[in-house]
This record gives sequence, C-alpha cells and structure tokens, in this order.
Amino acid sequence: MIRRTAVLSLALLSMTGLGACRRRVVPAAAPAASGADAQRQADSLAALRAQQRADSIAAAEAAARAAAASDQRSAGELASVLTQRVYFDYDRDDLRDDARAVLDAKVPILLANPGVTVEITGHTDERGTAEYNLALGQRRAAQVKRYLTAKGVPDSRLSAQSLGDSQPAAEGTDESAYQQNRRAEFQPSGGGALVRPRS
Amino acid sequence: MRSPALCRALAALLVAAPLAAQDTTSRGVRIGLTYDPGSKPGVVVLPVSGARGDSVRAIIQRDFDYGDRVNPIVLDGSVALEAARSAGPNWPLLARLGAAAAVQVTPTPTGFHLAVYNVATRQTALVRDYASTGAADSRAWRATLHRIADELEESFTGVRGIAGTRVLFERGRRIWVVDSDGEGATPVSDAGTPVSPAWHPNGRMITYATYRPAGISVLDLASGRARTLVSGQGVYISPIFTPDGSSVIYAHGVENGVDLYTASLSGGGGRRLSVGRGSDNVSPSFSPDGRRIAFMSGRAGHPEIYTMDADGTNVDLLTPLAFGENAYRASPDWSPDGRLVAFQSMIAGNFQVLTINLRDRSLKQLTSDGRNEDPSWAPDGRHITFVSNRTGTRQLWVLDIESGRTRQLTRGAAVRLPAWSPRLRAE
Repeated sequence: MIRRTAVLSLALLSMTGLGACRRRVVPAAAPAASGADAQRQADSLAALRAQQRADSIAAAEAAARAAAASDQRSAGELASVLTQRVYFDYDRDDLRDDARAVLDAKVPILLANPGVTVEITGHTDERGTAEYNLALGQRRAAQVKRYLTAKGVPDSRLSAQSLGDSQPAAEGTDESAYQQNRRAEFQPSGGGALVRPRS
Repeated sequence: MRSPALCRALAALLVAAPLAAQDTTSRGVRIGLTYDPGSKPGVVVLPVSGARGDSVRAIIQRDFDYGDRVNPIVLDGSVALEAARSAGPNWPLLARLGAAAAVQVTPTPTGFHLAVYNVATRQTALVRDYASTGAADSRAWRATLHRIADELEESFTGVRGIAGTRVLFERGRRIWVVDSDGEGATPVSDAGTPVSPAWHPNGRMITYATYRPAGISVLDLASGRARTLVSGQGVYISPIFTPDGSSVIYAHGVENGVDLYTASLSGGGGRRLSVGRGSDNVSPSFSPDGRRIAFMSGRAGHPEIYTMDADGTNVDLLTPLAFGENAYRASPDWSPDGRLVAFQSMIAGNFQVLTINLRDRSLKQLTSDGRNEDPSWAPDGRHITFVSNRTGTRQLWVLDIESGRTRQLTRGAAVRLPAWSPRLRAE
C-alpha cells in the first residue's frame, strides 16, 4: 500500500512538472505572429501538447506497471515466508531453533497485515498410531499458535488443526521422508495484497 | 488323502438308514455330542441340493473352519456324491470319518431347512427352519447361512460362533464394513475424513471421528444417515459407545493436550473425563462390565496404556513402563471376557500386537511378521482382527489366540482401524 501510494505521487509530480514547462513555452512563441502563422503555431502547439500529454501518461503507466510488478514480487516473497513450514523431532511438539527462526520471520509480516488470518495444520510421520498421531499433530499446531500469539499475533487470527498422518509431504519409510512429514503448515487467507513490514 | 479305491469302498457302505425325523429339540438346547476332550468336534456338512447347493455347503464349512471350534470334515467328490444320493446319513461312514455330527441344509421356498444328526446315537438331534427373503448370494441370504453356522456351533460347543459378525474399518477416506468371512466389503460412510469407527452395542449404529471438519458423527447403518454429535475447533478422535449405548466417549483437544470426554446421544455432552494436564489421552476401550476404561496416554512422556474408572477417577498404569525405542504402547482393546487387554507395542522398530493379563499383568506377544497394529476383539473373546503390512499393503488379518491360526480378512486398497462388531441380530 505504502509503495503504491509513493509510485502514484511520483507519477502525479511528473505530470505537474510537465504542465509547468508547457506554461513557460507557450508565451514565448506567441508574439509577432500573423493570422495563418498563428494558426499553424497553435496547431503545432496543440499537437505538441497532445504528444507531451500522451508521453507523460505512458510514462506514468509504465512506472505504475513496474511498481506493481515489484509489489507483486515482494508480495510473493512475503507469502512464501508466511507459508514456510516448520519441522519437529519424532514424537515431540516443542519448537526447535530452526522452527523458531521460521516463525520469527512470519511475525512482522502478520503484524503489518492485520487482515490476514492463518490456518496452522499439524502433521506427523506415519510411525505412530493414527489416533495418537491426530493428537500429536494437534499439539504441534497448538504449540506453533502459542508461539505466534506470544509474539503479539492476535489469537483470533490463528487457527490450529491436526491432520495427523493423513497428508504426508513425502512418501517413503526412511528418516528423510519422516522428517519432512513431521511438520506444521500455514495457509494464510484474507487481507488483500501483503504489505512489507516497516523496518 | 483317501485313495479312489477307498472312496469307492466308503461309498459302497452308504446304506440308507431309516430316519425318523423328530421335532424333539427346541432353540437353545445343547445337543451334547461326544468327542475327545480338548479336540474339536468333527462335523460333516452333507451335500446340499439345488443350484446354489455347493455355495451353501461351502459357506457353512468355511464358517466352522474360521470359527476354530468345530472341525468341518470335508468329503472329497465321490464320497460327497454318494452321500447326496443316499436317503439319509450313512452312520458307519460318518463314524469312520470321525464325525460327531452331520449337518443337512436344504433350501426351501422360504429359506432353509436344517437337520442335524448325532452320529453316536444315530438320531436326528435337531430340526429347524430358517426364513430368508434374500435372493441367492445376497447379503441377507449369506447372513442366514452364517446364523445357521453360528447356532450350530453354539449347539455343538456351547459357544455361539462369530460367522454372522462384521468388521468396520477405514479405507480411502471412507468407513467400510466387511463380513467376518471377508465377503461383502462395502463402504458405509460418505467420502470425507472419517477415522476410528466403532459399533453401537445394538449393532445397528456406528460412530466415528472426522478431522476435517473436526467432530464426532453417528451413523445409522440401515438408512445410511449420519449426524454430527459434537464438532468444533481442534481435534476429535477415537469415539466409542458406552456399554449401555446412551453416550459416546471420545478424545478431544484444542490447545492444551487431548483428553477424554463424554457426550450423550440425546444431546447433553462435552463433559471431560480424563485429566491429562496437556498430554494426549486417546483410544478408550470399556471393560465388559462398563466400570473401567482402558486408554492410551502420553502423560509419562511417551504412549502407554492406562485404565481408569468410567467417571475418570482412579487412574492406573496398566502396561509396564518401557524405555528407549520400544517406549510406545497404544490402541488398547478390552477382551469381551474381561481378562485381557490387547494393544500394540513397539518391538525392535515395528509395532506388534500383544495382550496383557489384567490379573497378573503377564504379557503375550501375538504377532511378529511385519508391522501389526490396531487390535480389535471378536465377541467370542478368542479371535482378534488387526492391521498388518506383512504382504506389502496394510490389510486386516484375523488371529485365533488359542491356536495361533491367522487368515487374511481384507484385500485390495490399504485399510486401517478395524472394529469388530458385537453379535448381530437377524436382519
């Protein structure tokens, strides 16, 4: 939002600047002109003005397009931070240092985008029982939610739900697959385009 | 195997014995066959006439076989043919075959006619008619034959068979049901996220949990109609009916662990039973008298089996605390006779099914091949179904804990979380 406003004001400034030039040019060309000359001059002036106006609009549009693209890129980056998964140790729900770092990166974005809500889902590997894994997945999602609320994200914007071992991120029966499956996922929604937190 | 010559000789012995069929027995009467103590009574199922006769006979023989209490003496072709032609049981042949009884099932326009012959007394021991409205090979038709087999088993051994029971399980995001002989596997719930099916004591309703949306549902099997009993934030797991059928006990948690709760079918509900203080408490199973509940809890830092009173008080650790990589015990199921709790335990990196004796806490490992889990008792207290990946995919297997015999119950796509039905009344 802030970036977009800045781009718009830049575009407006450049248009006013062009307008000022135009006012300076016109009086200089006006004196000692005959009727036909005056008409030609007026025509070419009008053409010039039209050209200038078209150019400035095109420039403003290009600038706006570039700014939007850059916004989009940055919104994409912000979204990927928000959806980055956190991982857990076997049969544990406590947050490892790497998980805390991932969550810490989400906090300022969540605080800068108060319209965004996040569904946190807890997942497990397939090694436990289906029933215990649903409970363990819930503990993981709840632990993540607790961490984020402790950092100031309002409780009402976060939900925690377990999917147990029902949606593995990786197939396989080795530790590398299991590690990818012991995770919490984040599904942000609402709030429009994400804005960068003020640094 | 008998030689053809012997078969011909046996067939030649088939002399039609005069039969005086008598309606002398009534429902529930023990026939009192004589056989060696400790061995299973041998029973010959005589050939059955009619287009589906072979199926009728095969189903009853298989029911006896799967029940593990009666030894079906299977005659080979030529003997069977001669037996079918004879006007009545060939007593000398039956005695030579080691049969204590012979069973004759005859299809009738309204169902089946049953006659049981006592080989020792050379008398008709039982005559009974069974109504069956279902077409041949329909579920109702097969259910009637299972009922005949179960009542025969009861009259031979004093213990009713389990052929007429069924098993619920989860497959491909649906709850399914299969007959105890592996026939008729069919989905009963809509597609969704149902887990952990359990039977109502009346055998006509089931309950299960769903995780998206999270809640506990109750489904009427006859109509297929499901309703949500409780739902909301967090997770709902492992519902079971109370023995009186009035309520459901289930596990539920949002942000502070998972505890056991109770909700009434008539509406009241959500009362917490267990006090897990942030730990996970799931997978309840009632003792047959309804006074205690076995459940799995992580309160000691890893999953173990505990018991508590039905109101949540007097919690006891049931399984001896394990340490290290084997410290994972789960999925308790209380045996129908109340003596044992079956559960799964991590052993050398794989789950295995064990029982623990309530009296002396002795452990008995029942499986060793592959990963084996989610045990559920048959109502006879002798058979257990469980999930095993021993053939590659997770399938249901049935184990006779007395003989150690196992058989595969389901085939096809992977399954989990079986629940064996109570004895089912005729439909």
